[in-house]
Amino acid sequence: MIEGILVGLSTAFTLQNILMVMLGCFFGTIIGMLPGLGPMTAIALMIPITYGFDPATGLILMAGVYYGAVFGGSTSSILLNAPGVPGTVATSFDGYPMAQQGKAGKALAIAAWSSFAGGTLSAIYLLFMAPSLSKVSLSFRSPDYFALMILGLTAIAAFSSKGQFLKAMMMVVLGLMLASVGQDSLSDITRFTFNNMNLTDGISFVLVVMATFAMSEALTIILKRNDPTSAAKQVSLTELGSIKINKEERNKMYKTIPRSSVIGFLIGVLPGAGATIASFLAYGMERNIVSDEEKEKFGKGSVNGLSAPETANNAACSGSFVPMLTLGIPGSGTTAVMLGALLGFGVQPGPRLYMTNPEIFWSIIMSMYIGMVILLILNLPLIPYIARILAVPKNYLIPLILFFSITGIYVMSFNNFDIYLMIGIAVVATFLRLYDFPMPPLILAFVLGGLMEENLRRSLLLSNGSWEFLWDRTLTTCILLTTILIVVWHIYKTMFKKTKG
Amino acid sequence: MNINTTKVISLLFFIFSVFYLYTAYQIQVFAFDENAPFNARTFPIYLGYAGLFFSGLKVILPDPNTIKVQHKTLEYKKTAILIVIAIIYGATILKVGYFLTTSLFLFSSYFYLGERRWTLMFLLSFPFVAAFMYLLHGVLDIYLRDPFLQSIGVMG
Repeated sequence: MIEGILVGLSTAFTLQNILMVMLGCFFGTIIGMLPGLGPMTAIALMIPITYGFDPATGLILMAGVYYGAVFGGSTSSILLNAPGVPGTVATSFDGYPMAQQGKAGKALAIAAWSSFAGGTLSAIYLLFMAPSLSKVSLSFRSPDYFALMILGLTAIAAFSSKGQFLKAMMMVVLGLMLASVGQDSLSDITRFTFNNMNLTDGISFVLVVMATFAMSEALTIILKRNDPTSAAKQVSLTELGSIKINKEERNKMYKTIPRSSVIGFLIGVLPGAGATIASFLAYGMERNIVSDEEKEKFGKGSVNGLSAPETANNAACSGSFVPMLTLGIPGSGTTAVMLGALLGFGVQPGPRLYMTNPEIFWSIIMSMYIGMVILLILNLPLIPYIARILAVPKNYLIPLILFFSITGIYVMSFNNFDIYLMIGIAVVATFLRLYDFPMPPLILAFVLGGLMEENLRRSLLLSNGSWEFLWDRTLTTCILLTTILIVVWHIYKTMFKKTKG
Repeated sequence: MNINTTKVISLLFFIFSVFYLYTAYQIQVFAFDENAPFNARTFPIYLGYAGLFFSGLKVILPDPNTIKVQHKTLEYKKTAILIVIAIIYGATILKVGYFLTTSLFLFSSYFYLGERRWTLMFLLSFPFVAAFMYLLHGVLDIYLRDPFLQSIGVMG
């Protein structure tokens, strides 16, 4: 492990990579701050830029964007009560009331320190957990992987669906269907191409991400421009107040941060859970733990109430790298985008990654530390200036997002069919978003589609076409039983709610 | 059973799954692969049935969280115009070239979204695209074909 850490340090500490982390954190903060634009959009917009770099540098840039976007999201939560990302919704519960009391600077500083501590602590957990989990996952076989992918897809559908599990499952199926377009990987037989040569290689992953996130976000923002429910209520962006945290507040944070980082990291590791659930759980747990007097302050500007979700959502970001780096199965929509980008670089994440490409594996972990330090340096003194970006007019913002999306696709293929296809998918995605059909399950399914088919093929061929492989191994059976429990529970919940109504 | 837009979308997805499943059964596989435990059509067939299952359930089961979209407040016209501009951009980018089409796309988008600060609109279109193009072409070595710039002798 020491050798790996040294490899990671030597890769991450090159001038180019430090610059990439800085750029990533900076742009991530700006994009994540804009309401409606989350880390997935931020990373998707960065993909074309990474083409010119080696995989380690590209991934370091994307990781920087990820942390930056999560932190940026909390800024808009605190100042506008309009969370840039779902993972920072819980931040607004106490951050926004604090800002309304004229302590916006303090709220932002608490968020910055909590994010820093949460991210740094969880990077330490990741350092120790990832290699051991990689060793364990070497014993995984095709049926286990197949079952794990089903569990991951079901879990992300369950957690991201806001109570609309069936909608999320439909998006999972749609993602898998989109992934099945093009040549079959083994026989080279074309499927669902309708004799269109442009579809022979399948639909590009970047195209789907750009269309369902960047472009459809932009279209949704224009569409809902006059919607009174989405209008932001502004706190003064010019007078944020002091960013100093006093001793009493610091003492509260010392207790909150360690426990919230553990819960955030563990939730982040679970497939599909991610920063949103981590932040809500940490908030809920903190509320149950604190004294009755402190409990009263929750929702009215509590330091613990702000620090807990901020620590947890950053810790969950690092946690979500664990399944991606060790199993090759992304734990969240954002890491699914990063997995797709890695595959684009020709790197196959999984248990062997840290043996075959140690420089990538370790440099990502090392760059997390650098990223956290840079985020803190960047955010604390620059908070008053960065906050003004929230005032960027949408008239400029939307065309620029569309421009980055279309350019991203154009430089990949130099083909206008892909631009039309992206616009088509974006229009459908925008319409589906209006009716709360979640997009992260679609992306995760699209990324996993090929791997899932491959593992099912291997499992079925090894068992001579029999489905016995599902219960031959205890591990496979356990994973599938968990999946079935999630499905049955959510369908039952849907029916029970109505009966109650 | 209430008919709402979500159910209509689910019904459309059901019909789409029927079409997908039908197309999956039509996938031509090699003769020796026809009876293999797994061939090119196996996975798509399962997906087709999964689509039928989930969308069917969504249509049949009660919907406790009915989504009501306020269509009157939505900006359909501006969104549609922007989509049309993007389509025109896609149609002309290969023939005219990256620089001019992208700059015009940005300029016209700012205009249709209601912007009238001409200097800022200009700065955030033509010079901005030139700088971005330099970053892609000059720094990152990503080739961008541009017949317009070639015709005026700016690009080799």
